[in-house]
Amino acid sequence: MKILVCISHVPDTTSKINFSEGDTKFDTNGVQFVINPNDEFGLTRAMWFKEKQGASVDVVNVGGAETEPTLRKALAIGADNAIRVNAEATDGFFVAKQLEKVVKDGGYDLVIAGRESIDYNGGMVPGMLAALTGANFVNTCIGLEVEGDTATVTREVDGGKETATAKLPLIVGGQKGLVEESDLRIPNMRGIMMARKKPLTVVDPVAAEEGVKTVQFEKPAPKGDVTLVSPDNIGELVDLLHNEAKVI
Amino acid sequence: MSVLVYTESEGGNFKKAAFEVASYAKEVASMLGTTVTAVSINASNNEELGRYGVDKVLNVSSGNLEQFSAKAYAEVIKQAAEKENATVVVVGSSIDSKFVAPALAVNLNAGYASNVVALPESTAPFKVKRTAFSNKAFGVVEISSDVKLIGLSSNAFGIIENEVSAAVENFEPAVGDENFSVHVTAVDKATDKVSIADAEVVVSGGRGLKGPENWGMIEGLADVLGAATACSKPVSDMGWRPHGEHVGQTGKPVASNLYIAVGISGAIQHLAGINSSKVKVVINNDPEAPFFKAADYGIVGDAFEVVPKLIEKLKEFKANNA
Repeated sequence: MKILVCISHVPDTTSKINFSEGDTKFDTNGVQFVINPNDEFGLTRAMWFKEKQGASVDVVNVGGAETEPTLRKALAIGADNAIRVNAEATDGFFVAKQLEKVVKDGGYDLVIAGRESIDYNGGMVPGMLAALTGANFVNTCIGLEVEGDTATVTREVDGGKETATAKLPLIVGGQKGLVEESDLRIPNMRGIMMARKKPLTVVDPVAAEEGVKTVQFEKPAPKGDVTLVSPDNIGELVDLLHNEAKVI
Repeated sequence: MSVLVYTESEGGNFKKAAFEVASYAKEVASMLGTTVTAVSINASNNEELGRYGVDKVLNVSSGNLEQFSAKAYAEVIKQAAEKENATVVVVGSSIDSKFVAPALAVNLNAGYASNVVALPESTAPFKVKRTAFSNKAFGVVEISSDVKLIGLSSNAFGIIENEVSAAVENFEPAVGDENFSVHVTAVDKATDKVSIADAEVVVSGGRGLKGPENWGMIEGLADVLGAATACSKPVSDMGWRPHGEHVGQTGKPVASNLYIAVGISGAIQHLAGINSSKVKVVINNDPEAPFFKAADYGIVGDAFEVVPKLIEKLKEFKANNA
């Protein structure tokens, strides 16, 4: 089985978010970048398929040279090959178009992407990629098994979960639950050394029309101080929620 | 030209979010000087959409579509959009709507803005505000494609009554077998619980609850408020509560009107998940908990004493305001 894991290069979850150039660009100053957490669950699940079922695992990212340390980290975790599409990842459709070519050229049976990245939160790339390639697609995937050419998938739905079967090729939008957080891999020294020798192929982007462009960023207005209520006067909180906040 | 809205239903009845997306679509249609058409799949109360400004309902009634299939639903909505010559299509932000929308965007060659929180700032060019960076910021996006697809965040716009008479028209899209290639074999869903996505009020518990055996208190508070229950990341990691209840950057985002956090200190990743909630209340015995900086109202106190008293006071309030 040939697996492709899509890796987004995103600010660490604890990053303070700031903007530059008149609030039109994300300010990367002092920001640590990591593998998108939803992709990390997918990468770890792919490692399981590699170790238990002899799958091969490639990773791909759409981004400039600055994203290569993130791809190298994925190689250090155990991926076999990395591909970087040499273009700034603009809107989700642009990224999906780039991945479409990688998927078609590579003949992958299974593509795992995070259900969304934690920077732009579009949540559209895996679904668009499935629509472009014609592969089966399951989003918000929290369980994935493959036997022969059939996958059994569990996905989160509002208020519960749903199990389904689908033939490969399959694209999943994955998240926490694909593996437990405690099973996530941290690259060890041997992995880091080996990753240096693994192939990282840079490919040129294909043309794709951008339909959506972020023209301005803004931060939420600063919040006022908290109103503290005494634990001995809880009725006051009920009054405030009813009369002041008007939410009950 | 028209604005098309996909009004999600379950068990034959519209979800609350359907009325919200309809209300939003009505405002967008007014901005564009056009009408609203809803596409409704297997719902029985289609006329009700007129109350929220829907002029026409394309009623799709099909046994094949009783079980949700993202690909098939995307095909239905696409055909409805083409039939109506829709220039703007509005969907919600439930898990299923977010499953459908990307395929719909590709099928319609539409630019897609998800997590939209406000009406368009302008319609020419078409600019709309959405959340970004896990609710730590907003981005104004310009959609330049001919057809624009908007995914409206839950509880971002509210429900606005705008009574018109909705004409219901049966619609029979051609949806081939190739759209049903993912076969659902089992569904495990608590039908009696309010889902986090739909909830106007969310009550959430953290490590301060000390163990899963104490969750009755959270459920009791949720019951009296008609709220959904949720939890912090450590709580789901420890298996006290299911992953589906984990709120935060890598869990679920919450955009409720009221979010009550009990025994949650307020890590930055948790706060990112609840930033879109309008009013936040924190109950924690640690006055230094970071959540107090993000909350609107707070009680510094022992959750095991405060929550039962709060339930009692809310019951009194409800009895007096019934």
